[in-house]
Amino acid sequence: MVSLTATRRVTRQPEARRVAPSVGRPGVVWALPGLIFFAVFAVLPMAGVAYLSLTDWNGLSSPQFVGLENWARFTTDPQILQSIWLTAVLLVGNVAVQMPISILLGVWAAGHQRNRAVLSAIFFLPLLLSTAATAIMWRQLLDPNFGVPAQLAAVFGGDGNFVGTPRGAMIALVIVTSWQFVPFHSLLFQGAARAIPHTLYQAAMIDGAGRVRQFFSITLPQLRNTIVTSGTFMVVGGLTAFDVVLVLTNGGPGTDTTILPFRMYREAFQTYNYGYGSAIALLLLIVATAVSLLLVRLSGYDKMQSTQEGV
Amino acid sequence: MRTRPNYTAAVMTFIWLIIISVPLYAVVVTAFKPQAGYITDGPLSLPSSFTLDNIVTVLSGDFPRYVLNTLVVTAMTVAIVMVLAVPVGYAVVRGQSWLTSSVFRLFLLGLAIPSQAVVIPLFLLINQLGLYDTLWAVALPTAAFALPVSVLVLTGAMRDISNELYEAMALDGASPGRILTTLVIPLSKSGIATIGVFAALQAWNGFLFPLIFTQSSSAKLVTTGLYDYIAQYGANVPALMAAVMLSAVPILLVYLFARRALVAGLMGAGGK
Repeated sequence: MVSLTATRRVTRQPEARRVAPSVGRPGVVWALPGLIFFAVFAVLPMAGVAYLSLTDWNGLSSPQFVGLENWARFTTDPQILQSIWLTAVLLVGNVAVQMPISILLGVWAAGHQRNRAVLSAIFFLPLLLSTAATAIMWRQLLDPNFGVPAQLAAVFGGDGNFVGTPRGAMIALVIVTSWQFVPFHSLLFQGAARAIPHTLYQAAMIDGAGRVRQFFSITLPQLRNTIVTSGTFMVVGGLTAFDVVLVLTNGGPGTDTTILPFRMYREAFQTYNYGYGSAIALLLLIVATAVSLLLVRLSGYDKMQSTQEGV
Repeated sequence: MRTRPNYTAAVMTFIWLIIISVPLYAVVVTAFKPQAGYITDGPLSLPSSFTLDNIVTVLSGDFPRYVLNTLVVTAMTVAIVMVLAVPVGYAVVRGQSWLTSSVFRLFLLGLAIPSQAVVIPLFLLINQLGLYDTLWAVALPTAAFALPVSVLVLTGAMRDISNELYEAMALDGASPGRILTTLVIPLSKSGIATIGVFAALQAWNGFLFPLIFTQSSSAKLVTTGLYDYIAQYGANVPALMAAVMLSAVPILLVYLFARRALVAGLMGAGGK
């Protein structure tokens, strides 16, 4: 790579003398419309949420500056601690269920057999539904009166109210999220698994490594980057899950699935505590940014700049 | 080299096939069941009698308008993203000032902003702009949040264009605008298609923005419309399932006719 760019530099020398380096180069003006638009609808609101988190505001009168009062409330609000705990549980549940299934399915789908291609096309289908549609579908399937649990309850006993229990509701959220997003993550792993050099497997076979050994000694290490990327999507997805909670459990039973984004929504748009809601939103933003920065570090997005070498 | 069949994998994929297909099957059969039949038979049995009533119920209500609204929002979002992201990508890849690389870094940071976190000030902004309960209220922020991924995808595509081509055009005295239209856009078509599909998916699946920024049925989208149907149809589950099924039809068409672009757009969508 280094030698390649070096030779390119040398061969470009004469041309560089004939054309001034700035000729035909776009100035930063070209980026301005996009930049301004992005600033107005994404960056400024970030500053706005930081300011509003320091205020008491009901949406009607003007916001009252109250300093760090909302932040102090975090330490005494048992519900916020519960929300943080539930968000963490949902994150761990999402990753623990989706990751192994996605890796196995992706690696399996990477094979070029005909039947795998056909089945993969079926496995893709959940991606055609929006999160709202997926959640509504599952809501009806899990309905205690008319859904599958009711029919099972008739056979096995119990009241069939699976989503009505705290643990059951959380499990339901993980199941629905996994049903919807495993197809996407397995697509990522399928692409990554196809890129693993075949010679590695041939060498392993000559050494007498079996299928399981090959999976753990070649496939998994080679998928490391995709595991990082995929895992971060799962974490961020769990952090920002909102529609699935609203449709499936509405935060309940009680507040037992009220994760942070849902609590923010409740606080701001249902009880009109915009100030406290903003503080929760900022907390969410900080956690999400920390996670994403970790992604950038681990996946090497920040080194993209280096491909510009020699331009 | 022939390998023996992988029985473990066969069993596991069979289980996954059941997990994937049973709910989808339930949606489709329920959509064609009469309401009374659903209550006695439950979601999984085959319909004892077949009816199109549910489809008619959904299509004769507000649903077609929701679809139309969603299509309009999708078109607006895609148009805004394309018009704005292409010049940004071009400036980032070919610009030489330190400013353009800071622009790139800003958009990279923007990848991390969850839309939930800024929805309160956005609500205020939308109200101030007088856009509350309009389709613009959904399209503008949706487009803004699609920009970071789009810029990332486009810079990748535009960096693949060889330097010699740029230089040849510069030698002929072409302006940046001319280079963009005659060289950059034609050669990064696949990247532009990807961000188009990505932006469309964001608009099509979006839930939070339409939920908070719109209210009346004249500005309602498919996702929020479906959410309303839970209360509106109540015990009429077959009609609700018919609506769920119909909501997937447009994407199904895209899947059938442009699978590759859809998959690429989805992979971009995963970045949010």
